[in-house]
Amino acid sequence: MALTTTRIAKTLAGSLVRSFSTSRVVAANQLNVRDALNSALDEEMERDETVFLMGEEVAQYDGAYKVSRGLWKKYGDKRVIDTPITESGFAGIAVGAALGGLRPVCEFMTFNFSMQAIDHVINSASKTFYMSAGMLHVPIVFRGPNGSAAGVGAQHSQCFGAWYSHCPGLKVVSPYSSEDCRGLMKAAIRDSDPVVVLENELMYGTPFEVSDEVMSKDFVIPIGKAKIEREGQHITLVAHSRAVQLALEAAGALAGEGVECEVINLRSLRPLDEEAIVRSVTKTRNLVTVEQGWPQSGIGSEICARIVESPAFHYLESPVVRVTGVDVPMPYARSLEVACVPQQHDVVKAVKKVLKIQ
Amino acid sequence: MLSKLIKNALKQGHTNQRALAPFMTGVRKAGLATEATFETRPYKLHRLEEAPAAQATCTRDNAILYYTQMQMIRRMESAAGNLYKEKAVRGFCHLYSGQEAICVGIKGALRPQDSVITAYRDHGWAYVMGCTVNSVMAELTGRSQGMARGKGGSMHMYTKNFYGGNGIVGAQVPVGAGVALANKYLDNNGICVALYGDGAANQGQLFEAYNMAKLMDLPAVFICENNGYGMGTSVDRASASTSYYTRGDYVPGIWIDGMDVLSVREALTFCVDYCTSGKGPLVLEVVTYRYHGHSMSDPGTSYRTRDEIQEVRQTRDPIMLFKEKIVSADLATNEELKKIDIDVRKEIDDAVKVAKTDKEIAVQELAADQDHQFTLITYKLKCGGTLYI
Repeated sequence: MALTTTRIAKTLAGSLVRSFSTSRVVAANQLNVRDALNSALDEEMERDETVFLMGEEVAQYDGAYKVSRGLWKKYGDKRVIDTPITESGFAGIAVGAALGGLRPVCEFMTFNFSMQAIDHVINSASKTFYMSAGMLHVPIVFRGPNGSAAGVGAQHSQCFGAWYSHCPGLKVVSPYSSEDCRGLMKAAIRDSDPVVVLENELMYGTPFEVSDEVMSKDFVIPIGKAKIEREGQHITLVAHSRAVQLALEAAGALAGEGVECEVINLRSLRPLDEEAIVRSVTKTRNLVTVEQGWPQSGIGSEICARIVESPAFHYLESPVVRVTGVDVPMPYARSLEVACVPQQHDVVKAVKKVLKIQ
Repeated sequence: MLSKLIKNALKQGHTNQRALAPFMTGVRKAGLATEATFETRPYKLHRLEEAPAAQATCTRDNAILYYTQMQMIRRMESAAGNLYKEKAVRGFCHLYSGQEAICVGIKGALRPQDSVITAYRDHGWAYVMGCTVNSVMAELTGRSQGMARGKGGSMHMYTKNFYGGNGIVGAQVPVGAGVALANKYLDNNGICVALYGDGAANQGQLFEAYNMAKLMDLPAVFICENNGYGMGTSVDRASASTSYYTRGDYVPGIWIDGMDVLSVREALTFCVDYCTSGKGPLVLEVVTYRYHGHSMSDPGTSYRTRDEIQEVRQTRDPIMLFKEKIVSADLATNEELKKIDIDVRKEIDDAVKVAKTDKEIAVQELAADQDHQFTLITYKLKCGGTLYI
């Protein structure tokens, strides 16, 4: 009961603090993340009748974060299914539906609650193709908001990128922009393997410029490929999700000081685009990783390990620095919360440390 | 001749009895009955007006088929136990001996569009759903002729419409409800049977699955195989209510004597009708007994007496009961059944040979079956001998 109340309070708080956009396209070429996801879901449901959405409040409520807005009205009860607040049960049912020939999109209201169902994500979904020696495949998407949120305390604010990307059999994407969200959501739904789509809880309302190509119904971003968001020759910044924004802002600030950062948006956490990172580090000879999750066994740790094991290691001019969330459960108080999540100055500081500049 | 006919019948997906037809004609001449009717064991009902049929008709073909299947499972499990003791089977090995009438009876009522998912005690299920004895035994020893080519093992066996073989207690139940959701969504008139033990019957996710299945009227039959013990904990020590057929609360239920294959079959025939008419799920409790311990590491004697096991073997054994039934009804003769026993033994012996001598798949295939779209992943050996994909 306490949990439910928290969720409702959180959803209400969310709707008050963050104003949901009401128009699909703000300006001619602008699209916010929520609408990018919504349009991708809509188009894929239209394209393939076996695609359906299930989760808490996805139908009549229009989604706790309004990502599924309008889909229930358009597709009805059969294809947009409100579930009880029982993650283990509905995630298991979604996996069974995938085994039975459908393409479920299973929404976790936030990924924090996916812990209730992680057995089905890992043991039921990710391992079945392997265990059956390729006899059974599980085309399912687990999606929902992920990452540090705002003012919701420790249980509702953390990144699951490292958790899920640890597991073979899963594909894990962590989109940053509207372009990422549209292309990766479509790729995830069309993929025949289980894909975890980690949307950022704080970015749904963020608008991005998008090209006509991005708005095409067949705009699909290959899973496992990173994107160079900004080219530079002095240092490589590797980030995913909202941390890409942070890296870009830091790169902008550093450019004023004559430091040109190359910013890699990972897009996918599994498979990890090791090649793109190695190529960039070989060029810049310096590396800083940026993420909002915890440091131990995190995405940054994995990147460090891959670089150490790769030929790029010999090109490094300085030890790598990881910029991560602080190694504590998320505190509630505003000032503490801010201190917990990497800020622009943390990235700038890390870059200067690596490049040994003041 | 008989052995060949039975083998053919079994090879052709177990329920295809055409191959037995010439043999049947032959014995009909000898004066045996072509079918007989038996009383089913009394059912207990929960929130149901109607019960499964009080009588079950069994044709001679069915009698031979059910007897052969049950005997095959019994022998297969004995062989599996021996292979385990010889260390040819690794890790876990949960035997189904004593519970054979359940999978044979259920399968006897299912149609081609129906599906099954069960827990880790799955060898018998894999076999009745269509895996060959060879492929079950070879999977147990991790060899290439195993139906999952040695990647699954004892607890992870699959074939068409059989979704495992799940090693996580209770997890198969919502997954089974999901297969039922797909049946309903695709409107293919299929039902899904999800089985679990009395040990799993207290798992929270079962109740989540019952709830959603009822809300959505899914064509799902949740079946508790109550063999008296969840590992070594007797039902009375694990469940505040041991009336498992009532534990779906708002989901109607049926209690079934799981030692009588025909009672199980009739109950499932009722379930197929019930679920396909859109009435939603059912919760069944099928009472049975396992002769072996929970797994091979459990001698199964510290929490129950040898006398208890002996008594069940002597008075309630499903194969013995069925044999008496069909012989006394003139559906088969003792001589025929003996011949079947010999053929079964030979088939098991042959399968054991394969299971022992077949090769394991090459290590190059370690990384295959990882990604549906790119099953042929090349892998590379990196520094320190660590294998990366």
